[in-house]
Amino acid sequence: MKSATTGTRGMFTSDRGMNNFNNRMFTFFVWGISACIILFICALLYLILQKGLPSLTWDFIMGLPSEMEEGGGIGPALFNSFYMLLISLLIAVPLGMMAGIYLAEFAPENKVISFVRICVEGLASVPSIIFGLFGIALFVEMFQVGLTIIGGAVSLAFLNLPVMTRVTEEAIRAVPQDMKQASFALGATHLQTIRRALIPTAVSGIVTGICLVAGRAFGESAVIILTAGVTTSGEMWDFNLLSPGETLAVHLWYVQSEAIVPDAVSISDKSAAVLVFIILMFNILFRIPLWIKERKSR
Amino acid sequence: MAQSLERQKAKPHLVEEWVGKIYTLICILFLIITIVSLVYFVASKGLSTFFVNHVNVADLLTGLKWSPDGEPALYGALPFIFGSFSTSLLAALIAAPLSFCAAVFMIEIAPKFGRKFLQPVIELLAGIPSVVYGFVGLSVIVPFFRDVFPGQGVGIAAGALVLSIMILPTITTIATDALAALPKGLKEGSYALGATRWQTIYRIVLPTTLPALMTGIVLGIARAFGEALAVQMVIGNAPHIPRSLFESASTLTSAITLNMGNTATGTVANNALWSLALILMLMTFVFVFIVRWLEGRSKI
Repeated sequence: MKSATTGTRGMFTSDRGMNNFNNRMFTFFVWGISACIILFICALLYLILQKGLPSLTWDFIMGLPSEMEEGGGIGPALFNSFYMLLISLLIAVPLGMMAGIYLAEFAPENKVISFVRICVEGLASVPSIIFGLFGIALFVEMFQVGLTIIGGAVSLAFLNLPVMTRVTEEAIRAVPQDMKQASFALGATHLQTIRRALIPTAVSGIVTGICLVAGRAFGESAVIILTAGVTTSGEMWDFNLLSPGETLAVHLWYVQSEAIVPDAVSISDKSAAVLVFIILMFNILFRIPLWIKERKSR
Repeated sequence: MAQSLERQKAKPHLVEEWVGKIYTLICILFLIITIVSLVYFVASKGLSTFFVNHVNVADLLTGLKWSPDGEPALYGALPFIFGSFSTSLLAALIAAPLSFCAAVFMIEIAPKFGRKFLQPVIELLAGIPSVVYGFVGLSVIVPFFRDVFPGQGVGIAAGALVLSIMILPTITTIATDALAALPKGLKEGSYALGATRWQTIYRIVLPTTLPALMTGIVLGIARAFGEALAVQMVIGNAPHIPRSLFESASTLTSAITLNMGNTATGTVANNALWSLALILMLMTFVFVFIVRWLEGRSKI
């Protein structure tokens, strides 16, 4: 036991050495992984954009798609994407917001409401394809309207309704209680409090939710294939709600997997680039107000 | 007199209050009707395979062969169920460690840089349409696998890889929130005892945030389980259980998307697809249940 002290000390130092080594390795490892993720995502975006953007022309963006020959465009599909996005938001946002406000403010605390909450949460994570099937059962089989823009848009709205409800409820619940109590103390009714105090305070959360929902609706494809079909009416600016409503995302899928046009690869390269470009623009446009707000609050 | 005047003045507010309440109530009722009818449609159609067309439940769940046109017609959905589970679990297996590293990086190691660059970039991933992932998978991953491994390149491995990119933002966001919500005292106590960062994360942070991390992983699996077209594009769509990861396979969602348009309403083949949808929906509810259970645990 002569060397007990030195032994322990030796053990300690070697331990510390090991610990520091492990720590460094770990830090290095996490840095490496994170760098890899960033590089990978940038490479992915670059790959998609670089393949499609240089050869992009107005003729392609505004042009009509073709079934057999080369040189088809994506005009109607692109238009349908935005048109259906707009209709679905017009349905889902007011309904979802109202339902969220009810759950956050008016709902009594009982078993029924907590069951509804579980259902909404469950519905928010139901796969989109189930909503597509629901759309088929509703529009194709019950109302017999076939594959239409309105069917697709309403199904998209159903898909987004639970998400919108949850986001609104959470945003309103996150408003400090003082705000609400102050409004009540000034003699405001419950509805006035909600309109004048709660919604303005919660608006950034609600807007974030709307953006989330809009992005999801814009890129959604399974619902659209089942309820709005894989063809367009073949006309630009077709506002008819009962014409078939293929969107850009669906067009990309269709060209890749089923179409017989000879230039399928180039069409899908360009369509993917347009899709990603629009999503990037969405993101940037949506971040600018947040940045400004952050600057102001500093 | 003055009192009655006051009462009249107060009335419009009360009326407004009631109108607002009723209007929001109608909206929530609409939502409930949607939920009920969705579950009703899928369940009634999915169950009619068993009750109207007399397909055996056990045959559907464990049958290995899906041939609606065959003689006799066989509806064995096990290959699809297997495909769905293997792709989504494998995707979570790939994405979870990466997400955890990204979250640790953003919260513990380089908060400023992480929040400014890594987070927006990862959130960007969540916004990219799933078809674009499928397209990238088809034009980059599948040819790569075809060159490197035996087989056609399509299959469970390609599907899982595409899905793992898609669920990365889901898991990362939840893991980041969990790490950020950890009480500071725990970590500081560990540092004060002389622990290194690695020891603190491994011994303190990981065990305490584990339920929340698991929540993220389950939500990621749920998303991967329900994803339709991105997987359908790269998995090959052969209705059998593959012998390797690089052999053409099929999932519940890909079977539904591919065959729904080709079958007529009311036929057995169509109803069987609705049964697949029913399985999909029930699995989603199981995932939601697991998430709620985990959330209950993480509050303790």
